[in-house]
Amino acid sequence: MEIRENMEERYREALSTYLKDQTEQALYSGQKISRKTIEDKISPEEIISLHKSILMEICPDTTDKVFHSLDFLLEVMMGYGIAYRELQSLRHQQQELKSEIEIAANVQHTLLDTDIPDVDGLEIGAISVPAKQMNGDYYHFVQDENECMGIGIADVIGKGIPAALCMSMIKYAMDSLPEHRHAPSSVLENLNRVVEHNVDPSMFITMFYGLYNPHNHVFSYASAGHEPGFYYEAATGEFKDMDAKGLLLGVEKKTKYKQYEKSVEPGDMIILLSDGVTECRTDEGFIERETLIEYIQKNIHLKAQEIVNNIYKQLEKLQHFQLRDDFTLILIKRNV
Amino acid sequence: MNITIDVQDINSRVEIQVKGEIDAYTAPKLRETLFPLSEQENISMVVDLSDVSYMDSTGLGVFVGLFKSVRSHNGEFRLVGLSERLRRLFDITGLAEIIDINSDAEGGLK
Repeated sequence: MEIRENMEERYREALSTYLKDQTEQALYSGQKISRKTIEDKISPEEIISLHKSILMEICPDTTDKVFHSLDFLLEVMMGYGIAYRELQSLRHQQQELKSEIEIAANVQHTLLDTDIPDVDGLEIGAISVPAKQMNGDYYHFVQDENECMGIGIADVIGKGIPAALCMSMIKYAMDSLPEHRHAPSSVLENLNRVVEHNVDPSMFITMFYGLYNPHNHVFSYASAGHEPGFYYEAATGEFKDMDAKGLLLGVEKKTKYKQYEKSVEPGDMIILLSDGVTECRTDEGFIERETLIEYIQKNIHLKAQEIVNNIYKQLEKLQHFQLRDDFTLILIKRNV
Repeated sequence: MNITIDVQDINSRVEIQVKGEIDAYTAPKLRETLFPLSEQENISMVVDLSDVSYMDSTGLGVFVGLFKSVRSHNGEFRLVGLSERLRRLFDITGLAEIIDINSDAEGGLK
C-alpha cells in the first residue's frame, strides 16, 4: 500500500507543478514517474485512475467532459494493461527456459566430451562449435588395445535440442560396441540399426567413421551419407575428396557400408568436416569446397589445432559471426 | 525466407511444385502440407524442385520421411528438377540410390 501512497504523493506534486507552468523540468519528472510505475508494476489503467482522482482534487473546476473522457481512456487502456502483464509473464517463462537450456547444454557438453588421443606419429586438431546452444554435431575419438585410433564424426539432420538429444544416443551406442568391432563398416552397420530402431522417422544422421592404424599407417573408413572430407597428399601438394558412398543412418535397417582404405604417407593429412563447414552462407552465396582448401593451404605450416582454429575464425568472420549450422572440423596429420 | 507449395491432385497422382527455400523455418510447412497426401494408398507423388533456390539438411529429412511414408502405403515417390547442388546432396547422402531423382517429368510440371 505504501508504494501506491508514495506514488500518489509524487504524482500530485509533479502534476501540480506542470499545470502551474509547463517547464521541461516538470515534464521530465513525468518520465521518471513512468519508469517508477513500471518498476512497481502499476498498470496503465491504474495510472489513469490516479490521474483522474488527483485532477479532481487539485482542479475541481475542470469540466465533466474531461473527467468522462478519462473514464473512457481508462477503459481503453485496460486491454493494454492485460497484454503488458502477459508479456511480463512470458518474459519470465522465457528466462526460465533459457536457463534450463543452458543447463542442458552443459550436461551435453559433459556427456559428449572426448579427449584427443596421443598417437605416435600423428598430430590432431579438432573444433566443434554449435550454431545455437546445443550441438547437433558430434565427434569422438577411441583407442583400442592395438593402439588403433577410431574417429567418428556425425551430424544429425535437424538442429537444436532434438538433434542434440539424438547425438547423446549415438555416443552411448558407440560406447557399447564390442572392442573388437571397430572396423568402420561394421561400426556404421551397428549404429544404423540402433538409429533406425530408436529415432523418429524424419530424423537422420550422417556419419563418417575412420580407423587409423599407427603400425602400418593405413586409414580405413566408411561413410553413412556424410559430407566427404579431404585428403592432402604431401608428395604432390594436392587435395582430393575422400569419396565414400553410403546411405544415411536410420533410413534402411539392412544397409551395408563399404569400407575404403588409404595408405597415409609422412606429411599427409586427413580432413574431416560436418556439412556446416561447406554449407556456410556468405554474402556471395555458399562457401565452396575450393575456398576451404585455400584456407587450409594458407595455414598448412601451422600446428593441426591452430589450422582448425584459424579456419573457424575465418569462416565465422565471413558469416558475420552468425553460424547458421553447427560447425565441426577435424584434421589428422601424419608427422614427417 | 519464403516457400510456396502448389499441389495438384489428379486421381491418385499428386504433382507438387515447390518454390523458394527449404530450411528449418519452411520445412514444417512442407511437411504439414505433404504428409497427409503421402498416407493415401497407392499414391504416385511427384515433387518438382526446379524453383527451389536453397535446401538444407532439414529439407532432406522431410523428403526421406515422405519417401518412407509413401513406400509404406505402396505408393511411388519421385523428385524432379533437381539443381546440380541438390543432386549432389542426394548423391552424398546415398539417397539417390533409393529415391528416384532421375526420371524427369515429361516436359516438367507446369
